[in-house]
Amino acid sequence: MAGFNFKLIKNPLSKENPITVQVLGICSSLAVTAKLQPAVVMAISVTVVVAFSNLIISYLRNTIPPRIRIIVQLVIVSLLVILVDQVLKAFVYDVSKQLSVFVGLIITNCIVMGRLEAFAMSNKPFDSFLDGIGNGLGYAVILITLGVIRELFGSGSLWGYQIIPDSFYEMGYQNNSLMIMPPMALILVGIIIWVHRARNKDLCEK
Amino acid sequence: MFSNRYIFIYATVLVIVSAAILTLASVGLKPYQDKNIRVEKMQQLLGAVGIQSTPKDAEELFQKYFVEQHAVNAKGEVVASIVNGKQTTGSISPFGLDTKKQLVLYKANDASASLPLYICVKDGKKSYVVPVMGNGLWGPIWGNLAFSEDLNTIVGVNFDHKGETPGLGAEIALPDFQNQFKGKQIFDNDNFTSIKVMKRADKNNPHQVDAVSGGTITSNGVSEMLKNCLQFYIPYFNSLKK
Repeated sequence: MAGFNFKLIKNPLSKENPITVQVLGICSSLAVTAKLQPAVVMAISVTVVVAFSNLIISYLRNTIPPRIRIIVQLVIVSLLVILVDQVLKAFVYDVSKQLSVFVGLIITNCIVMGRLEAFAMSNKPFDSFLDGIGNGLGYAVILITLGVIRELFGSGSLWGYQIIPDSFYEMGYQNNSLMIMPPMALILVGIIIWVHRARNKDLCEK
Repeated sequence: MFSNRYIFIYATVLVIVSAAILTLASVGLKPYQDKNIRVEKMQQLLGAVGIQSTPKDAEELFQKYFVEQHAVNAKGEVVASIVNGKQTTGSISPFGLDTKKQLVLYKANDASASLPLYICVKDGKKSYVVPVMGNGLWGPIWGNLAFSEDLNTIVGVNFDHKGETPGLGAEIALPDFQNQFKGKQIFDNDNFTSIKVMKRADKNNPHQVDAVSGGTITSNGVSEMLKNCLQFYIPYFNSLKK
């Protein structure tokens, strides 16, 4: 077994970020980031699902008949997603109610299938597991950034606690309700991609 | 290459193993999930009488304030009662009744339909709490109504919904909408009139409440829900008044 390949965790955080560079998983990053808490729970859920589906598929990769590989991948991913959904319902009920359909939609989250096809089908289990963690964290970084910005300016709070003091509101400050709508999340993702590429010239298309 | 036989066996084994794991998880986590649903139901009942609760203290507060639970049928008879935690009549638990299923039975004129009614005593004041359930625009809406001792005047309500449009229909879950119901009446000289959620409602009319602007279908859903569900309790209310 190969040693601990740190690059597999580090690269997806920036240079190979699943959202800003691979442009996978945009849909859920727009949908669940109006508040910080669901964004964090979603990020953890996706990380768990990607890491473990990568691990399992990588263990099975030499036994999977190529003709039914997508179906096998789907079975493994949906198995994990249902497990995550059940665990959330049992232990963080109110968050699971907010995330409602999005947990189920992790199955269709492009990051999961994308990493299975691109990495786990042709790499060793431990490396695949690290790749899954890395990509999950890369997804998490963007989700949490969006969650912080949107909740702070859209609702004046973080994690449900009020941050912007009442005196601001008395002076006429208003929460920006565009922040809690999905279009603003798309604009923010665009800004993040812009800043990211401006600082990493090698990412820009010729 | 893999033979067809291998593919069939592989797929079968994979599916059976997955199913087994899911079954185990579902059975193992069921008690926790059921508890969450129970606690949520209690919090909503407590909310109707204006008691704030957290998932932690909901069970305790519910036991403290909701001293009587009854299951009543459409003829106005009590089929089961739990008073101070002890079953006094019947054998079913009123709290465990599935409102949705019972309303379907009621619509089909099934005599076995029964719905729960809770008696809450807070600061020496008695109030009657009943659940209601109906349809909004996108999915189910539901809630609880608390009546004062005259079984006519509303002292508090709370509504919730599965997926009404945020900012429009979803406003029914907010205090601004719900507070309008306080003091409204469902009887007009002993005739059941229910409460209508409508545009340009007259504030002084005890049977009208202002609708949510932009949420017309959800608002109409609330009116329908109140009419249909309260209808069920009228015989019981009348029998209590005698």
